[in-house]
Amino acid sequence: MPKLHVETTINGETAEFLCDPHQTLLDALRNNVGLTGVKEGCSTGDCGACSVIFDGRLTASCLVLAAEAAGRTLETVEGVAKPGALHPVQQKLLEHAGLQCGICTPGIVIAAKALLEKNPDPTEREIRFGLAGNLCRCTGYDKIIRAVQDAATVMRG
Amino acid sequence: MQNSFESPRSVEDAVAALAKHGAAARVLAGGTDLLVQMRTGARTPAVLVDVKRIPELMAITLGASGATIGAAVCGDELSNHQELSALWPGIFEAAALIGSKQVQGRASIGGNLCNSSPAADTTPALLANEVRCIVAGPNGRREVAIDAFCTGPGKNVLGAGELLVALFLPRPAARTSDAYLRLIPRTEMDIAVVGAGVRLTLAADGTCTAARVALGAVGPTAYLVPEAGAALVGKKIDDASLAAAAAAASAAARPIDDKRGTIVYRRHVSGVLTKRAARIAASRAAARA
Repeated sequence: MPKLHVETTINGETAEFLCDPHQTLLDALRNNVGLTGVKEGCSTGDCGACSVIFDGRLTASCLVLAAEAAGRTLETVEGVAKPGALHPVQQKLLEHAGLQCGICTPGIVIAAKALLEKNPDPTEREIRFGLAGNLCRCTGYDKIIRAVQDAATVMRG
Repeated sequence: MQNSFESPRSVEDAVAALAKHGAAARVLAGGTDLLVQMRTGARTPAVLVDVKRIPELMAITLGASGATIGAAVCGDELSNHQELSALWPGIFEAAALIGSKQVQGRASIGGNLCNSSPAADTTPALLANEVRCIVAGPNGRREVAIDAFCTGPGKNVLGAGELLVALFLPRPAARTSDAYLRLIPRTEMDIAVVGAGVRLTLAADGTCTAARVALGAVGPTAYLVPEAGAALVGKKIDDASLAAAAAAASAAARPIDDKRGTIVYRRHVSGVLTKRAARIAASRAAARA
């Protein structure tokens, strides 16, 4: 099967990869580009483990075809931390123990970052609805919510 | 046939690709239904025609007679349009109910309609608002009334090579507004057990002069219930008229028993949601003097 050549921007840098015409972006990011921070949970758009920011919008990468990324801009969890400094969302998830097995965590970091960039001072309800597309089977969510609230405070300065 | 991915830049090129590949091709808008269907094997199109690089399918325009919403505009984009949301709060609340933030970043009203699920949240709201579907095909363009678009579960009027380009929302008259409510067993991210869309017009004294009521998830397609609208016209929106509209909606519901709800429960809820949505639409209409 002829592969498609895709040129795109990932975490601020130009990137290119070859993909099958019906390959998902999730699969291509993990297996063709080597960005394994993007996790596969359900592959049906329900769990949020594969969340990325696609042209500025929070998206489940299992519901995007890799070929669609041509000329677009992607952000994955690999681009969230600055060298030597975790993003406040990451730091607060650590401090609040907002993770256990960690499979959902990259998606939660991306979704929480997207939420706080749009709404710097969310209510608890807004955080819960904002992260409703990210399933966690370990924590019971409470520690995650508190971590995001704390990260919001830090980010507002 | 080998799998392929096409990304046309114009409606004409999309129609040409769809016409060329026939049943092997499927339009890819947000992909939130299609890619899941492909994963489960429910649909196996060899050719995917991504329509999100066609400007007309991604555009929103508001004019004197109404708004045109490109078929592939995603929910997240819609949520930025406060002016449209104020004119059609029922359509916009229906669209906002669909899925998570991740799904909102992709899923479109046009895709919701073309997937033609009987439980699609936006369809009853579109029915209540007399929306018109702009369809392009090998023989040019045609308009399809929303009432005629869906023909059965997963089925619609789109023929070979045809593409839904946009939805036209006629601007509501004075003292007219809409509402959409659905019942799900969770607080969010679920499929409607019943959905109800209502649009009402009120006279200055509060008498209802026009009403459209549509139900979802209680038949093979979402559909209008003219009897429920008729129960409100000529009356004030009060307990008596709302009870009559609810009874008409329950009587018109034709649900099935399935894992989401029983026939008896869905019939009852059809009336309850009709009543509640009508009350919301009436208070919004009164505020649009």
